Amino acid sequence: MTYIPISPAERDAMLKTVGVKSLDDLFEAVPAKHRFPELNLPPALTEMEAAAQLGEMASTNENVREHLISFLGAGAYHHYVPSVVDHMLRRGEFYTAYTPYQPEISQGTLQAIFEYQSLMTNLTGMEVSNASHYDGATAAAEAVNLAFAQFRGKRKKLVLSPAVNPQYREVIRTYTQGMGVDTAGDDAENHDDGPEALIPLIDESTMMVTVQYPDFFGRIYDYTDLINAAHEKGALVCVVANPTALVMLKTPGEMGADIVVGEAQPFGIPLWYGGPYLGFFTTKKSYVHKMAGRLVGETVDVRGNRSYVLTLTAREQHIKRERATSNICTNQGLLALCASVYMSTLGKQGLQEVANLCYQKAHYAAAELSKIDGFGLCHTEPYFHEFVLCCPKPASEVNQYLLDNGILGGYDLGKDYPDMQNHLLVAVTEMNSRDEIDTLVEILKEM
Amino acid sequence: MANIIEPTIFELSSPGRRGVTMPASDVPVAALPPKELLRSELPLPELAEVDVVRHYMILSKFNYSVDEGFYPLGSCTMKYNPKINEDTCRLPGFLFTHPLQPIETVQGNLVLMYEMQEWLKEISGFAGVTLQPAAGAHGEFTGVLMMAAYHKLRGDTKRTKMLIPDAAHGTNPASVGMLGMQVVTIPSDSRGNVDLEKLKAACDDTVVGMMLTNPNTLGMFDEHIEEVVKLVKDCGGLMYGDGANLNALLGIVRPGDLGFDVMHFNLHKTFSVPHGGGGPGSGPVGVSQRLVDFLPSPLVGIVEEGDDEMAPLYGFVTPKNSIGRMKAFHGHFGGGLVRAYTYIAMHGPDGLKDIAQYAVLNANYLQARLRDTYHIPFDRICMHEFVMEGQFEGSDVRALDISKRLMDYNFHPPTNYFPLIVHEALMIEPTETENKDTLDRFADVLIKIAEEAKTQPDLLHNAPITTQFGRMDEVKAARELVLCCWLPENYEQLV
Repeated sequence: MTYIPISPAERDAMLKTVGVKSLDDLFEAVPAKHRFPELNLPPALTEMEAAAQLGEMASTNENVREHLISFLGAGAYHHYVPSVVDHMLRRGEFYTAYTPYQPEISQGTLQAIFEYQSLMTNLTGMEVSNASHYDGATAAAEAVNLAFAQFRGKRKKLVLSPAVNPQYREVIRTYTQGMGVDTAGDDAENHDDGPEALIPLIDESTMMVTVQYPDFFGRIYDYTDLINAAHEKGALVCVVANPTALVMLKTPGEMGADIVVGEAQPFGIPLWYGGPYLGFFTTKKSYVHKMAGRLVGETVDVRGNRSYVLTLTAREQHIKRERATSNICTNQGLLALCASVYMSTLGKQGLQEVANLCYQKAHYAAAELSKIDGFGLCHTEPYFHEFVLCCPKPASEVNQYLLDNGILGGYDLGKDYPDMQNHLLVAVTEMNSRDEIDTLVEILKEM
Repeated sequence: MANIIEPTIFELSSPGRRGVTMPASDVPVAALPPKELLRSELPLPELAEVDVVRHYMILSKFNYSVDEGFYPLGSCTMKYNPKINEDTCRLPGFLFTHPLQPIETVQGNLVLMYEMQEWLKEISGFAGVTLQPAAGAHGEFTGVLMMAAYHKLRGDTKRTKMLIPDAAHGTNPASVGMLGMQVVTIPSDSRGNVDLEKLKAACDDTVVGMMLTNPNTLGMFDEHIEEVVKLVKDCGGLMYGDGANLNALLGIVRPGDLGFDVMHFNLHKTFSVPHGGGGPGSGPVGVSQRLVDFLPSPLVGIVEEGDDEMAPLYGFVTPKNSIGRMKAFHGHFGGGLVRAYTYIAMHGPDGLKDIAQYAVLNANYLQARLRDTYHIPFDRICMHEFVMEGQFEGSDVRALDISKRLMDYNFHPPTNYFPLIVHEALMIEPTETENKDTLDRFADVLIKIAEEAKTQPDLLHNAPITTQFGRMDEVKAARELVLCCWLPENYEQLV
């Protein structure tokens, strides 16, 4: 299959204009001994064959719509996506456009991003949002970069809650490995501590405190006291938040957070085996010049039409090069559109319904599961749609048993927290019917 | 008051309007968390489904896109995105698999990822590939972290300098800046190659390595590439290749064979993942043998060998000296890897070579057609793109004006003002998916615009005039910083 729209006669005419005899003659600058390698790749498929082969590969998987009942979350959540969302994403005008460098012919993308920024600030209770990051984990890492830049590298301590998603903590470590950051609090065995345990760790060398909301174990804390304590020492606070939970819960903005980041995959983006997802990054206006990523602002054109442009580009790599706030260039534009269409289509009430269903079903599941002999809830704090179930056996065994019965159990916390081998992180969304929850309970009773 | 062509989604909102509704709850009611943990208001729009569809349809029509016309944006490889990709990446088996599912339940995904790693290795001549990075710049950061880790493990701690040509993408120095390294800029010579004498002078035992885009952003394949690589390696440095321009090299030459140690791929350029109005991209990174142990974790590998009866079991493996995890989960699987896999599978070795050959033919054809009208400062056979000056003697017309005027003829402009080493740069990359008629029309229009620049320069200064929107006041945007909108203050009273 080829997508090259040039006939042999046209090719020959073009070669003549260029002044060479053959296509191969265009590559004389390439060292002869390495020119035109034989690539050992499978022979080309037609579209029909490719569709069949990819279909075959996809069907080898067991998926959570057709084969498995899923209670797995831990950073990626199975939610209903209204039909409208993908119809809008499939518009070639959106998905085959580039970054909107030419605003006169990119107002669709620009206004959509401006609206996305508005939706996210309204959701998080913050003042500004950028146009997106790669995912929640890299957004959390870029928040640390912002804090590092804010203090010009003079404060190097990061107070990192052990109840932040372990993968996010790994990414923060990867991102900051060249910066000499001193991380405190990030100790797997302190997983039971609440936010008050972090307060004594904050001092005048602390640039940032990073917590999660609800935390990785699903617990909901009001971080106001922690944030006040951090601000007393001059440190910034970053809250990693779940967007579905924010529909119901007090906003981190109300608590005084400086930066709110997170993973917006729950807002209309398929599980897709982990990506691409959508990192959101919101903050206060005072940090906007230190923020990474693209930013769209409102303006007018020469005809007096309200319009939108990329703004504050002086922060970015193509202008500032090595002094840029980040190297980010391509972000998740189309998925920001996805989240916007999702939020608009459900609207205020639809989103509240989704959040409420998640909350109600999770609480039903927790109540029923904890009635089973040997099982119980590990924490007493309020939770949203995810909770830790203490099991009488290692979570890995429980999960295997559930899988044998067509159920994706929760996340085995023993993988990241060595003393939580018997702990299962269970997520429940609007996709889980009461029947599914009852099935889970029945099967565990028989274990 | 500015004229509003399409209201924002907030302005379209009306209290009590409903879009998609959710089913009623089928479980007993549980008490909500205490009131002090709940939010007091949720200031989000309320619309009917038809309001949402019309709004986004109207917005979509404000965009120019590859599906609509020629998009010769240099360095961005705006090729046609095959429609079949949109179907394969939405197969339920890909859409509805959770990234933390047991590996036994996602062998289809893992086989695809494993083969993708193998294919990218074969295409580039590298010993190892990570699929984790989310975009080109993320891949660069990954590569630079590995280069730093390599020297650090050897105890070679005085290496703090990265050599970067003056023609490089801004992401190169920015990636280096994220690690606090020092950037040493290497100038280009009169033929658009790295200036070998200047490079020689910069090479010493403090060099981490060199980040080189080849073909470079002038569209030139470096005529001394082997000497460049040798100079950097002889001083103990590592060679980084910016793969943004890989479209010109498919089946032509493998960066690994030329001696590069690291390179990121832009699946959203070379392998037809659509650009999505600015992402998501996908930026896998290939490395030579000496860096394979430093790759991010995890990689996809065979965790149990197969035999005649059983297929091997694919799973995750962690390289010995891994720099760590670059993002949550496994990279841009669905939207990136599946589309690129489909594309490579449909091209095969000969099809890939055709891509590069025709991309280079199209660029050279346009260059030949425009040579007599526009000054091309580095004028030799180019690769997939070329750079010309958007200015004329005795005229105050600038590259920006030419770009805006192109919109009046329904073309997307080339990249402006990049690379920085060419005055009033217009960087043109036609890609292989344009036919001769389009290229001729584009060349004819550019020649006509050059004439207009002389006879009616105001046409260019005032352009675009036929588009829905005119030039924007960018100063106002930066000064006033209106970055989001809200529901009106009296919203609840609007009912």
